[in-house]
Amino acid sequence: MSSIKTKSSFGVAQVILFLSIAILVIVVAFPVLLILFNAFWVNDEFNFAGALEIIKEPQTFQALKNSLIIATGTTIGSTIVGTFFAWLVTRTDLPHKTFMKSMFLVPFMLPSFIGALAWKMLLSPNAGFINQFFIQHLGFTGPIFNIYSYIGISTVEVMYLFPFVFIQVCGALERMDPTLEESARISGAGLFTITRKITIPLVMPSILSGALLIMLYSMAHFGTVAVLGIENGIYNIPTLIYERIHQSGGSFDAIRTGTVLATVLVISAAIIIYAQRKILGSGHYQIIGGKSFRPMELKLRGLRMPLMIFCLAYIAFTIVLPTVVIFLVGSLKTYGLAFTFDNLSLDNYKFILFDYKVTRDAIFNSVTLGFTAAIITMFAGVMISYVIVKMKVRGKGILEFLGMLPFSVPGSVIALGVILAWSGQFGINLYNTVWIILVAYIARYMAFSLKANSAALEQVHDSLVEASRACGATMWQSLRDIVLPLVRPGMLAAFFLIFLPSLRELTVSIMLYAPTTRTIGVAIYTLNEDGETVISAALAGIALIIIILGQSVINHFTKKAGV
Amino acid sequence: MSYVRLVNVTKRFGDVTAVNSLNFEIGKGECFSMLGPSGCGKTTTLRMVAGFEDLSDGEVWVGDRLLSSPKKNHYLPPEKRNFGMVFQAFAVWPHLSVYENVAFPLRIRKLPDSEIDQRTKEALKATNLLSAANESPDFLSGGGKQRVALARALAINPDVMLLDEPLSSLDPHLREEMRFEIKELQQKYGFSIIYVTHDQSEAMALSDRILVMKLGVVQQIDTPLNIYNHPANQFVFSFIGLSNFLKAIPQDGHVILPDQSEAVPMTLKPPDSLRDAALLSLASRPSEIDFTHMEDPAGLHGIVSRKAFLGEIIDYQIKVGDQVLRVQKGRRDPGPEPGAVCAIHFLRPFWYKEK
Ligand SMILES: Nc1ncnc2c1ncn2[C@@H]1O[C@H](COP(=O)(O)OP(=O)(O)OP(=O)(O)O)[C@@H](O)[C@H]1O
Ligand SMILES: [Mg+2]
Repeated sequence: MSSIKTKSSFGVAQVILFLSIAILVIVVAFPVLLILFNAFWVNDEFNFAGALEIIKEPQTFQALKNSLIIATGTTIGSTIVGTFFAWLVTRTDLPHKTFMKSMFLVPFMLPSFIGALAWKMLLSPNAGFINQFFIQHLGFTGPIFNIYSYIGISTVEVMYLFPFVFIQVCGALERMDPTLEESARISGAGLFTITRKITIPLVMPSILSGALLIMLYSMAHFGTVAVLGIENGIYNIPTLIYERIHQSGGSFDAIRTGTVLATVLVISAAIIIYAQRKILGSGHYQIIGGKSFRPMELKLRGLRMPLMIFCLAYIAFTIVLPTVVIFLVGSLKTYGLAFTFDNLSLDNYKFILFDYKVTRDAIFNSVTLGFTAAIITMFAGVMISYVIVKMKVRGKGILEFLGMLPFSVPGSVIALGVILAWSGQFGINLYNTVWIILVAYIARYMAFSLKANSAALEQVHDSLVEASRACGATMWQSLRDIVLPLVRPGMLAAFFLIFLPSLRELTVSIMLYAPTTRTIGVAIYTLNEDGETVISAALAGIALIIIILGQSVINHFTKKAGV
Repeated sequence: MSYVRLVNVTKRFGDVTAVNSLNFEIGKGECFSMLGPSGCGKTTTLRMVAGFEDLSDGEVWVGDRLLSSPKKNHYLPPEKRNFGMVFQAFAVWPHLSVYENVAFPLRIRKLPDSEIDQRTKEALKATNLLSAANESPDFLSGGGKQRVALARALAINPDVMLLDEPLSSLDPHLREEMRFEIKELQQKYGFSIIYVTHDQSEAMALSDRILVMKLGVVQQIDTPLNIYNHPANQFVFSFIGLSNFLKAIPQDGHVILPDQSEAVPMTLKPPDSLRDAALLSLASRPSEIDFTHMEDPAGLHGIVSRKAFLGEIIDYQIKVGDQVLRVQKGRRDPGPEPGAVCAIHFLRPFWYKEK
């Protein structure tokens, strides 16, 4: 009896496993291996010293240092901001906490390079609106703040990245057993002592894990540095890779430098991910309580109003102001005109949507690419997660290892790897077509899909499938009738987690685009580079609208589904 | 004599009155339990005493110190009340060692280092934790963690110890053991205990007096023995121990069964005060019913419908008309087999009016 069962499932299981491995190898592992290979393998021999030489070159070394400086600044800033706001909205009697909480999550969906564009308009040393205002009207002799600086770049990144820490710490604080704090209180500790000695130490693992995520993201982040740094000669690793590949048109030297830099990124990412897993795995305290009361709230008393005003000011300054600037500039006839009623119109938006081929193509490309990538990645992700989470087949270990790869490969690395893999050296040349961008998107977003789908699958108890098999259903039938309906929410989540970010993707597409295959992100960036500031801002405005609409649709659906 | 005093304590959450006009007094060194079904307001009461919950009405006193009084706009925050408290989920801080957990309240009080060390060690010794002092509490068992929580509460030498279902996360065996440890500690240190539980045997074993509560209203406050032997009402009767309720209708100073299937012996009479009720309940404990398999005209007749051997005791179900009685006998005294007709005698019948 049992031998018949294994026999019938044997073929299917192996096929699924093989397919899963094949997808991850082709999409992620192969490009990454090519990068490592190109970085260390020169003229048919292993050449580690050569790679070191490249790192030691002044420009590359400076880019490494810059990545580290910016990432460190961003991480420290975001951790402080994120933890503080999380504590404020979960543990105090701040007014309008729910509203504040949802506002603090908004930066998650806003593309940071669009924010960077806005801040460039506001705070560039000479032309920035705020700087100009201070010089012209308040008698300042120079700019009050230069956004083209380490501090400027880090500050803008903090505005868009702090939600990573915020959301982790909020979650930890909300799940934390309130009696842990109450027993400190009955022991005689005041609320500030409790926060310092009990609350913060207990959520430290969450704080650190959020901080590491930000570190990883910032080191490999392209957009903000490209918009705010390059002008002042500040390159980080991804912008230098882009610069080299872009300028040289793919010369051997440029590729070599790119691969070495990418290798550094991959290694740092691996270290960061390892550290994060360590922290989350072993150091995570069991602080989740059983039945408990509402957590106690710190009475802010005299600070209540000032802190609320501070939060509102923060939201206005970091979220509302940049958004408004984008839309206003997008409505200007020409950049540099004053924001008077006469100078504002919707013409730019009309032009972009109906007349201008570059932007129309870009919107079309982004939507179709995003949709296709989301569909493919969603299905691939559910299959791979199924093998990893549910199936017991030999050779699964390889897949588990491969499944971790997508989490630790930054976008610019993927782009470079895809160029190496699909530019004809191996018989397939996708370079300069949309397909190469599609392949890269699939690799880039595989991690999201794996995460959402395995989370959904872990909810499906093994016995459900076993019960269905016991009822006489075949493996395929049980998958289709039992498992698929149960993981549908996970798949839907994966789809949106991919579709929305891909609409604003820049890091990967900027390395891979051809004149006819610009995406929205690329179009905004290149238009801005070409001095078409108002058109670029208008397109950014359209992108924001699409993203916000998309997000509302998701919120609507998830609320309805009760997720 | 009375030390902790609750006067008309009331707590409303919106429209829900969780605790309704509660009055009780606890003596110094007394162990006082609050017992009642889930949601009856035990935790809320305890948290009002601790100061985590403010009162909607009433006053809480300790000695001559007023702790809470919404009328007088007086409220002393928990950290100033000098109580020891132990929670159900232990609430032991995992980022501090066992020693530091216990020393925490002393450090907060900024005592000299030597005194902190001495009192921490004493509390650890009293709870048998000295050998684990430098370990992380994560490595302790549930009982170990609960001992840490106890030691931490003991360290400040509190006058009042508040315990909210402190043993319900432990397995039954450990629970009994810890019960006695708590009692021993109390005898040694002489603090008063307010103990919240929904486990009646725990309350019986520990307490000097028990408060039984239902939907925020006190039902009875008395010694364990009196609560068991003289339950104030049907709810208390049913909540403490096993119980049977046989419905009966008063008639001419006697009672008849609602379906009139069996004749109720004339000797089984309700008190005069209940003669006018429409429906009565005859309450009895399974262990306080005697029955024989002879057709005894003086007894109430029934048919044995089930007999289950539970080790020390044998558990019977006896059908009386369409009602069922549960009866327990020692295993040395085997009764009739299922199907047998028998005569029932109630050794200690209680009568309650049915609403
Ligand atoms: N913060 C609150 N907000 C609203 N209602 C509450 C709150 N805390 C308690 N209640 C309500 O007050 C009533 C009493 O709750 P309480 O927790 O005191 O019961 P309990 O006797 O401790 O029950 P259990 O045995 O389940 O712990 C319940 O109906 C509960 O729903
Ligand atoms: Mg309770």
